[in-house]
Amino acid sequence: MTAEPRGSAADAGLDAHGLAIWRGEHCLFEGLDFTVRQGQIALVVGPNGAGKTTLLRILAGLALPTAGTVRWRGEEVRALPAERRGEIAYRGHADGLKRELTVRENLEFCRRVWNAAARTDDVATELRLDARLDVHGRHLSAGQRRRLGLGCLKLVGARLWILDEPTTHLDAAGRDLVLDWIRRHADDGGCAVVATHQPDELTRPGTLVIEL
Amino acid sequence: MSAFAAIVVRDLKLAFRRPSEVLNPLFFFVIVASLFPLALEPDEASLRTIGIGVLWVSALLAQLLGLDGLFRHDADDGSLEQLMLSPVPHGVLVLAKIAAHWIVSSLPLIALAPLVAVAFRLPDGALPTLVAALLLATPALSVLSAVGAALTLGIRHGGPIIGLLVLPLASPLLIFGARATDLAAYGEPTAGPLYLLAALAVFAISVGPIAVAAALRVGVE
Repeated sequence: MTAEPRGSAADAGLDAHGLAIWRGEHCLFEGLDFTVRQGQIALVVGPNGAGKTTLLRILAGLALPTAGTVRWRGEEVRALPAERRGEIAYRGHADGLKRELTVRENLEFCRRVWNAAARTDDVATELRLDARLDVHGRHLSAGQRRRLGLGCLKLVGARLWILDEPTTHLDAAGRDLVLDWIRRHADDGGCAVVATHQPDELTRPGTLVIEL
Repeated sequence: MSAFAAIVVRDLKLAFRRPSEVLNPLFFFVIVASLFPLALEPDEASLRTIGIGVLWVSALLAQLLGLDGLFRHDADDGSLEQLMLSPVPHGVLVLAKIAAHWIVSSLPLIALAPLVAVAFRLPDGALPTLVAALLLATPALSVLSAVGAALTLGIRHGGPIIGLLVLPLASPLLIFGARATDLAAYGEPTAGPLYLLAALAVFAISVGPIAVAAALRVGVE
């Protein structure tokens, strides 16, 4: 792993080196090395409590590992300059939506903060939420909220998607839509790191499986 | 800049859609201020003596109410971590949150303050100074409160601790604000304390957001 030439770091995508997480006396994982190339999907699998969410938060730059470094295209994620932070999008268990705002307002807010080019109406149509654009977040079902949260992520146009169990609460159609998004995102040269309990859904040649 | 406006507009919308959080501090301010005359001798002379102090203390305490929600709501629904990951510089993001909070919590209070002041028989000449002093003191107070709110983000019921953190730091604002109003009531020049308040406001606004951003980074971990 250390033999990876640093010169080509820019096209290396996401590079984790020697990651370790200790919770007090208890070690969740140690010496974790992996590289997610552009156009590659990485699946994080493991039982509940294995540290999947913690790992994803570290990769997104939200949390600090006990040891090790995470680089995104050669730059440490925690030290990414503000204008490059938009290249990474993270979606955890919380959808990051406002229950008091309507679907349209939530999407519009994402679009303006991330300065995204995509049109909110197009994303809403793809989400099958176009009929509910003026419904407040709190009146959406858990699955619809999930879809809206992922829709914001789609809108933003990030290169690296970090998703924590993105298909929870989703019906069959919603799941297919989201899985299709992830596959297309990778086909377009994007990276995706997905924590999942159904690794079969996204496994294909070249998929990296990180077992915790 | 457009992101700054987007965050301010969003927070204003959110505030108007849960109005109790905006109205509670205002009611608190009016009620606390109007309780004092009931407990003390309600003659004009003593009202005028205590009026300025009562006004400033109750305004300060009212500002501390509802502070806990400044970052708490965003942290609970995950939008704070999304904002921290967004391409908006953290300082700008924090300033936008503080600006929205100031508009919602301080502006109505500043509008109400002259009414309460009149009830305490403050001379009319002191009212412009009172408003000016509040306009200068409240932004600094909002920044201080944001530091407190960000530092206590990891604590479940951080409200009382924010008070303990912020109130000692806010005492210069109280001293100079009350002093300026007091001087104006006696027809003396008020420039000194007002300039000091302005200096504190500039200092808080330029240094505060950096501290808040650092505290938030730790808070979302």
